[in-house]
Amino acid sequence: MGAFNPSALFARLAVSMRLWGLGLAMVGVMLSPAVAQGPQPAGPGVAAPPTAASEPTGSLSAAPLASGQAVAAPTITLGPEAAPMTEEPVLEARLLKLSEELRCLVCQNESLASSRAELADDLRREVRDLLREGKSDQAVKDFLVERYGDFVLYRPELKPLTWLLWFGPFVLLLGAVAGLGWYLRQRRQLADTAPALSDAERARVDQWLKD
Amino acid sequence: MKKFLIPLVLFFGLVIFLALGLQRDPQAIPSPLVDKPAPAFSLPTLDPAAGAFSPAEMQGRVWLLNVWATWCVACRQEHPLLVDFAQRHQVPIVGMSYKEIQPQDVQAQGMDANAKLQFARERSQVWLSRYGNPYVLSVIDLDGRVGIQYGVYGVPETYVIDKQGVIRYKAVGEVTPAILASKVLPLIQKLNAS
Repeated sequence: MGAFNPSALFARLAVSMRLWGLGLAMVGVMLSPAVAQGPQPAGPGVAAPPTAASEPTGSLSAAPLASGQAVAAPTITLGPEAAPMTEEPVLEARLLKLSEELRCLVCQNESLASSRAELADDLRREVRDLLREGKSDQAVKDFLVERYGDFVLYRPELKPLTWLLWFGPFVLLLGAVAGLGWYLRQRRQLADTAPALSDAERARVDQWLKD
Repeated sequence: MKKFLIPLVLFFGLVIFLALGLQRDPQAIPSPLVDKPAPAFSLPTLDPAAGAFSPAEMQGRVWLLNVWATWCVACRQEHPLLVDFAQRHQVPIVGMSYKEIQPQDVQAQGMDANAKLQFARERSQVWLSRYGNPYVLSVIDLDGRVGIQYGVYGVPETYVIDKQGVIRYKAVGEVTPAILASKVLPLIQKLNAS
């Protein structure tokens, strides 16, 4: 030891990098079932598939293995979340668009389009039938609001009852801005009316500033 | 002094605001159907010999509509109260068996409409004979469509309907003794007097 030996250092680095490569290769193998799940965000594989393919940048051995798996992945696809049950794509597209605006009453933070609750199924069926009858989107919304209230709409209509909901935040913001303005003016007045410094005080301030 | 008071007052204001928010039930959604006529329907009842029932038959009486199902746990909790109520008061309770057949009832899935109705009747009758029957009759809403007309989104739900057939009150979830005493009974008295 003692003398600095660059080649020995590099050799050691190379060994450790190879070990890292081996480790990443193993990670790649472990992740491969998750990769094969395809583009399903809520699939059982917790790791996000694309990162598994792009992760082993530093290793030579892991990259071909993992990316080979990833290339095969898109061919295996799982079914979409709520399978359309009709052969009327136009109607179904309208239903989907409309039901994204509607709230599921059971799981309240999910839209009617994404909810798997039974009531959501029933409501989708009801909406589908209404659309099939030739009702407009607005008529369908009115139908649901009459029975379940404004709560079913993700964007409630503008009316006296919902004014607070729509304008409340802006009123709060305006109030805050007004409060801030008032506060700043108070401060400025305070600064204006503050007694002027005497010569002795000024000299001391200058001294402090110099230090 | 004032400087310390302002944030303190603001803080307590926030605490009161949030405390009130915590007391509220997020599942309770005010029903727009209150003070609107009860939607009309015509449904078969648990009694195969009786014909279809429609709310128009209750015209001139104050009555309760109670949405229930045998698979509904909260309904079973609420049930003794309804049985007791039916014994004490002269107010008819009409039951509405809501979506009695569920996806998990595998044996009923392949049945035709009549067999399904029969299946629902039998299971409901068994349930009622075990836990008591507070209903003057119970209609069967197998596909839940009448439920949607009434804005049902969770069983049990209970409606108070007046002599003119107007919904005057709706309770979502179990009717507790407190709700019965503070809301339902006074309302019924008022409606019966008018």
